[in-house]
Amino acid sequence: MAVKTQPVTVNLGPQHPSTHGVFRMRVMFDGEEIVDVEPVFGYLHRGSEKLAEERTYTQIVTLTDRMDYVSSMLNNQAYILAVEKLAGIEPSPRGVWLRMIAGELQRIASHLVATGFLLQDLGALGTPLIYSMRERENILDLFEMLCGARITNSYLRPGGVFMDAPGEFWPALDRGLDDIVRSIDDLETYLSGNEIVFSRTKGTAVLPQELLINASITGPMLRASGVDWDLRHRAPYDYYDRISFERKLHTASDNYARYWVRVQEARESVNIIRQCIDQIEPGPVRPSFDDVPRLIRPPSGDAYAAIEGSKGELGFYLVSDGGIAPYRMHVRSSSLINLTLLRDMLIGGQFGDLFVTFGSVDLNMGEVDR
Amino acid sequence: MIGLGLPRGFLITLKNFVRPPVTEQYPDRHVGLLGAAKEAGMNPVHFLFKRPGDSIKAIAGLATVPVAVTQSSRFRGNEFTFYEDRCTACASCAKYCPLGIIEIASVPGQIDAQEGESYKLEVFDIDIGRCMFCGLCVEACPYDALHMGTDFERSKYVRDELVITKEELFAAPKRPSAFYRPQFEEKRFDPFQETIDDYHNAGRHERPSDEELKRKWVDER
Amino acid sequence: MPEAFLDNSLWRNIYCVLAGDSSTCAARDYSSGFFPAGMEWLAFLVSAAIIIFLIVNAVLGGVIVLIWGERRLFGRFQSRTGPNRWGPFGTLTSVADAVKTMFKEDLVPAEADKILFNLAPVLIAAPALTVFAIIPWGVGTYVADLNIGVLFIMAITSLTTLSVLTAAWSSANRIAILSALRSVALLISYEIPMALALVGVIMLAGSMSLGDIIAAQGIPFIIVQPLAFFVFFIAAMAEMARAPFDLTEAESELAAGYLNDYASMKFGLFFLAEFMAEISTAAIVTTLFLSGWKGFDPIPSHFWFGAKLIFVLFVIIWFRMTLPRLRVDQVLKFAWKGLFELTMINIIVTAVLLAILPNPSTSELWIMAAINWPVAIISIWGVSKLLGTAPYSHPQPDPNAPSYPVGSESIPTDAVLGAEPSNAANQAPQAQQEGGN
Ligand code: SF4
Ligand code: SF4
Repeated sequence: MAVKTQPVTVNLGPQHPSTHGVFRMRVMFDGEEIVDVEPVFGYLHRGSEKLAEERTYTQIVTLTDRMDYVSSMLNNQAYILAVEKLAGIEPSPRGVWLRMIAGELQRIASHLVATGFLLQDLGALGTPLIYSMRERENILDLFEMLCGARITNSYLRPGGVFMDAPGEFWPALDRGLDDIVRSIDDLETYLSGNEIVFSRTKGTAVLPQELLINASITGPMLRASGVDWDLRHRAPYDYYDRISFERKLHTASDNYARYWVRVQEARESVNIIRQCIDQIEPGPVRPSFDDVPRLIRPPSGDAYAAIEGSKGELGFYLVSDGGIAPYRMHVRSSSLINLTLLRDMLIGGQFGDLFVTFGSVDLNMGEVDR
Repeated sequence: MIGLGLPRGFLITLKNFVRPPVTEQYPDRHVGLLGAAKEAGMNPVHFLFKRPGDSIKAIAGLATVPVAVTQSSRFRGNEFTFYEDRCTACASCAKYCPLGIIEIASVPGQIDAQEGESYKLEVFDIDIGRCMFCGLCVEACPYDALHMGTDFERSKYVRDELVITKEELFAAPKRPSAFYRPQFEEKRFDPFQETIDDYHNAGRHERPSDEELKRKWVDER
Repeated sequence: MPEAFLDNSLWRNIYCVLAGDSSTCAARDYSSGFFPAGMEWLAFLVSAAIIIFLIVNAVLGGVIVLIWGERRLFGRFQSRTGPNRWGPFGTLTSVADAVKTMFKEDLVPAEADKILFNLAPVLIAAPALTVFAIIPWGVGTYVADLNIGVLFIMAITSLTTLSVLTAAWSSANRIAILSALRSVALLISYEIPMALALVGVIMLAGSMSLGDIIAAQGIPFIIVQPLAFFVFFIAAMAEMARAPFDLTEAESELAAGYLNDYASMKFGLFFLAEFMAEISTAAIVTTLFLSGWKGFDPIPSHFWFGAKLIFVLFVIIWFRMTLPRLRVDQVLKFAWKGLFELTMINIIVTAVLLAILPNPSTSELWIMAAINWPVAIISIWGVSKLLGTAPYSHPQPDPNAPSYPVGSESIPTDAVLGAEPSNAANQAPQAQQEGGN
């Protein structure tokens, strides 16, 4: 006799513990299998793009901090690049090196958070999460030395950064990098060989390469499917053309591949920072106020600049009408675009994998909703 | 499913089990006998006999010692440090604040009221409850009158009390953060240990003295 | 008083003090009793009440200490300090938590089936306590030594699932129902390897009574029966619904599963039952595999039992801290395809060994151990090979991939695709199947 079953619809979120912010999914289950998913977002919408129209170009930096709050340095960097392009500002070399170092540190921090939360979603009761948070904490300490804040940095200014790194930053950075390498080793021993992690993430939520490209997915998600697309290499901004680094690819395009690419990228970032330290040159960290005044009035026009953020291509599109504030700002937020494949990833999968898959996209709701 | 990976994971957690915790306790730290003796500046045996009561407390895990804050001197804290003698009431800070939460009202001041060369602050309110400690106001201040502070304990029961007024700013201990103030870093000033009470020591740009102002603006004219 | 209880020092002492020099206590010199002659039955009942009171309070006290200890250990495993503010070393933290739990508002969802909703916490706490009736805490310190002790444990612990199901059903919450179904699936799957793992132990001891099993352990059975221990420990973790099998609570998936709608002391009872189950599991493992209260002579047996118990609890917590959760299908697969085979191997090997060496002495137990260990290692390795997934090989990027400086207008599409454009797409359906089963 066939058992009569009926799918149930369950509302997960917005205050569910593992939705990485405030996100809601209406999921239809057939037993443990996911039949349908309807993502509902917008709970964290703060109108950053609209607020930007009321702020001067320097003041907007503080808004970008709050978009993707686990990688604010990278947000700053993308925004500043757009402003520099719009206003035709020539940045100071030392400022550029400093913001590259800060950006790469932030990328490590963001990947550590992503990995830690992936494991948290796998149900590891916080242990690996706290280990990765502990390492992130060291990076945040470095940020505090640089700019006095840990999360909402606002370190970058058009043309560079606001202040040179203090003397004690460089030895601390050296120590920190060694620590990071050690801790990534630990994390990998704990994880990459862990049979439970492996059997839970391998072959789950596989996304075909074509689909990823058609959906304009970027970042580690795309690289996990074997597409060699990294803006740092493909369209070098700042001084990335003077840096040589290995691009890490994986072809499996499943949850494990995404995790693996992130961990390897964090390792590569350490190399990049080491190269930056070697190449950094003395000098001013931002152009003088005669060249770049506090109140920038870029000529009318528009500019788009994108960087390889921790979650994918992070772009800022600015339109100026010649005034002190942008006429319009638009953010190409990688989290939002990466989220569009959520249904393709989840449907047909298991409930147990739902949040793992969700976490493997590495979303930040602050960036999705802006 | 069971291979070498899992045992290695167990070793990693065990390794972390034996290493000391990274938690920074605040505002005080629980110490044992050794810690309490060190805090009192005696050797443990001496401490045990001299102060048996405290020793028992320490052995029972009840003794606490206050912890010193370990933060970067650039820390952007929420008690602003303000030197009224340096301020010219130019209101750059108010204009530069992204949230517009600094309220400044000034009246023509000391030297030549009619011509308005020097202004006196009437109102200088910062609405800390909405401040995001971005430091842009400090960056904008041309005379180094306003600095970020280094404290962070300003919880209040009423929202209105979160507005710092001019008087409060005057009276607050002067522990300026080195944020956007490289001169403090050059002097190796540690805001968590010392204060700068004399405004002369707090800036790059000196506010011209009253005599000089008078000479420049009144006599020379 | 039934004669059988006289071996039990806990019963004998309490009963004889109460009943005075009745016939059963004649051998001992108890000068006077509280109950007159002819009232032995009352003395028996009162001493039973006293013993239950003692054990229940000892267990509840143990739970309070365990919650504190577990949180401290969690802290250390995670490089934190754990609770240390309230009382010496934070020992009063769980007391404070208990008080807080009691004073919280007792919410009952409007849609809930009120009777069952209120019954479920009692249903879960009662069996969790009942298990402690047969655990020997030391020489002659137990409430009862049932001759079907092992069966009793199996029967009572499986009642937990009934109350989980009740709780989930009555709170009319879909997430809770999902969690309860998982709980049932877990129980059905893990009851069998758990019982079969104990068959080896029962065969060796020749009895189901916990007292006899301890007596039979000339050397701890963990050495003689490594495979049985391995399976039993894992199955017991699953029965407790502890990590890596905490599917029913699955904090990161189901929020709290069947506990979602419970608040206040009802939640407290569930919580209590969970920790009581942890203690009882550790106690059972200690009794069956670590030779219970046995140890060297100068140190009293209760101490030995306590030390072993704490060690087992530590290992359970260590497991909990280290392992991520398995998915439901993997958990079930692991039980049926992995543990079940292992128990079968164990039973066959033990039966063969017992046919050769019936009624083994201590030295013969060593011989069995020497044979059992290689068998255990080889079979665990073999089963892990059967269940495991093959690792990946990592591809390398094309080193000659061109770069396009900022501002270049057109990026050719063939450069966007990797070296093997349709490779991942071809793999996808196959990998999906692998992941789905
Ligand atoms: S720190 Fe930022 S938000 Fe606060 S008052 Fe200054 S400019 Fe305004
Ligand atoms: S604090 Fe500085 S910026 Fe603000 S009014 Fe005074 S001098 Fe001007």
